[in-house]
Amino acid sequence: MSAHPDSAAVGAPAVLAEVKPAVLPRPVLVANNRNYTWITDKICSLIEGPTPTWWWVCFIVAIFVASFTIAGLTYLVGTGVGVWGHRSPVNWAWDIVNFVFWIGIGHAGTLISAILCLLRQKWRTSINRAAEAMTIFAVACAGLFPLFHVGRVWMAWYLFPISNANAIWQNFRSPLEWDVFAVSTYGTVSVCFWYVGLIPDLAVLRDRFTLAGHNLRAWLYGLFAMGWRGSNRHWRNYEMAYLILAGISTPLVLSVHTIVSFDFAVSLLPGWHTTIFPPYFVAGAIFSGFGMVLTLMLPLRAIYHLEDLITQYHIDNICKITLATGTMVGYAYAMEFFIAWYGSNPYEGFAFINRAFGNYAWAYWIMITCNVITPQFFWFKAVRQNTTLVWVLSIFVNVGMWFERFVIIVTSLARDFLPSSWGYYSPSIVEIFTFFGTFGVFSTLFLLFIRFLPIMPMAEIKAVTQQADPHGGGDRH
Amino acid sequence: MSKIFPRSANTLPLQIVVFLIVLGTVMVAAVTYYSTPKYLDVGYQPIQPVPFSHALHAGQIGLDCRYCHLGVDQGPASTIPTAQTCMNCHSLVKAQSPLLAVVRQSYQTGAPVPWVKIHVAPEYVYFNHSVHVNRGVSCVECHGRIDEMDTVYRELAHSMAFCLDCHRQPERFLREPKDVYNLASSSLAGQGRLAEAKKIAQDWKVKPPQSCSGCHR
Repeated sequence: MSAHPDSAAVGAPAVLAEVKPAVLPRPVLVANNRNYTWITDKICSLIEGPTPTWWWVCFIVAIFVASFTIAGLTYLVGTGVGVWGHRSPVNWAWDIVNFVFWIGIGHAGTLISAILCLLRQKWRTSINRAAEAMTIFAVACAGLFPLFHVGRVWMAWYLFPISNANAIWQNFRSPLEWDVFAVSTYGTVSVCFWYVGLIPDLAVLRDRFTLAGHNLRAWLYGLFAMGWRGSNRHWRNYEMAYLILAGISTPLVLSVHTIVSFDFAVSLLPGWHTTIFPPYFVAGAIFSGFGMVLTLMLPLRAIYHLEDLITQYHIDNICKITLATGTMVGYAYAMEFFIAWYGSNPYEGFAFINRAFGNYAWAYWIMITCNVITPQFFWFKAVRQNTTLVWVLSIFVNVGMWFERFVIIVTSLARDFLPSSWGYYSPSIVEIFTFFGTFGVFSTLFLLFIRFLPIMPMAEIKAVTQQADPHGGGDRH
Repeated sequence: MSKIFPRSANTLPLQIVVFLIVLGTVMVAAVTYYSTPKYLDVGYQPIQPVPFSHALHAGQIGLDCRYCHLGVDQGPASTIPTAQTCMNCHSLVKAQSPLLAVVRQSYQTGAPVPWVKIHVAPEYVYFNHSVHVNRGVSCVECHGRIDEMDTVYRELAHSMAFCLDCHRQPERFLREPKDVYNLASSSLAGQGRLAEAKKIAQDWKVKPPQSCSGCHR
């Protein structure tokens, strides 16, 4: 063991003196050598300080937008599911598009919190809390659509195997039923994961509010901190629980969107009935999720001056994952076309030609532009370093992924086997309102999150600072 | 730092979890028991405008069900008789009875007797009487011993489970055609003639639908 990094070279082979290996420092995860106190004060000050004016403005706007969903759904329940304007042949439209869109966004949060945790990617620490919150809120928005699509929403408990007077049982051969369990498991595990991670930070806030004499706030944060004292035993149990939850969540990153894709792939409709769907949907979900992470984190970073915690290295990494998954999605688009030709099924072939050149070609080319071309800009360092441009591109990713689901669902249904039953679908105003409003629902929840909960895990960030690693990397000695 | 919570709060999370499990179980059990036609509908016995006794007419006198409920074997609906049907006899029998004033009035004006309906199929259910009675499903299977009731009441729970019970194994409920309107008879299976019932089910092509759209058209 040597205290000084340079003294490690003493025992090294003599040849190294000739070769002079380049020094490759690990990227700094917390810039400006910030200390523990600064991190705690910085993250807690976002909660302890007075409510900023911009927060109120955003919150009121978000509530107003959310009221569109509430109005749309109230009207639907009062009138009937027909107000969405779905009719044969397009019986699934915006509602299922929105469901897949929102549930896909959640996947980045789970990937960051679970898979990057198991792979020991330390840069995850400063974005995982907010990304997990994004996951939960996105799943909540996603769940609304199939829930209200059942029509008689008060009968939705039929989806669960609870005894009833009708002598009927759930059809476990239906992918729609698998979806119920996939999404509810996903929601439950995500909430558990998020909450377990929050406990030490809630205890910090409890103690700080106690010292400051805010008894009510101390009591509330204390209630959810579940008596956390930061003892060695607490931390051991915490680390183990966190690891187990990461292990449980990891398959969910892949399974949830796989099962969502089964909603389509298990049917026989040309354009849906393809084996590429599961990996293609998962890649698309992670792509859209990282797009949303950028959309949310970049403004947050700018407003709260979190540049020392979300560094250029973090943005680079997120951009590169977006680039990788976006390219996978582009590859899947090409493969779908190739297989449609190679498979020699005329219906399949027509479905894809129709997507690109039929009535909905406009949607297809928006999708291609946003999902295939947009991420390619992330090859360039200059683009990745231009935060404004990255944010704009992330919006394109979000738009593109919504259109991907629209193209898959609506174009396939509108042109099925029988030309006599072809149709063209346009959304009803109620459906547009309901979707528009979910952005308000999501924003409202996210604004409440950034105001009342620590947006970053303080303890985990401290573990990746330079101070936590005074010997400059474990491999030196 | 002073403590915020008493020591007893340590078990609070466990208590909450146990409470939620108990609450969930009790709710499911309560809904399963109380919120079913078996609990809510059976025994419904409204007061009718005319104290008509099925026990007297169908039981003692032995009128065939179809004398009044015309069309039960010919179409979806089992009709409620008009006052004309009543007056076939009651223009002679008990012609001046005050109990029959409502019937006589209906007969003269043409306004129907305001009977209170007891067995109501919801509007989202398609039900055809004729297809049932013509294939050996007796009135008694759904309506109970009407021929023993002075005032008719709901004897059986018309839940979906009740329909499916028979639709899933019709042979257990079939009768010989001659016994369909004889409410005192018992089904072939009840007489220990299940094999015969199975043969009848096959010969008459009794294949009740079990798909959603069979009844919810």
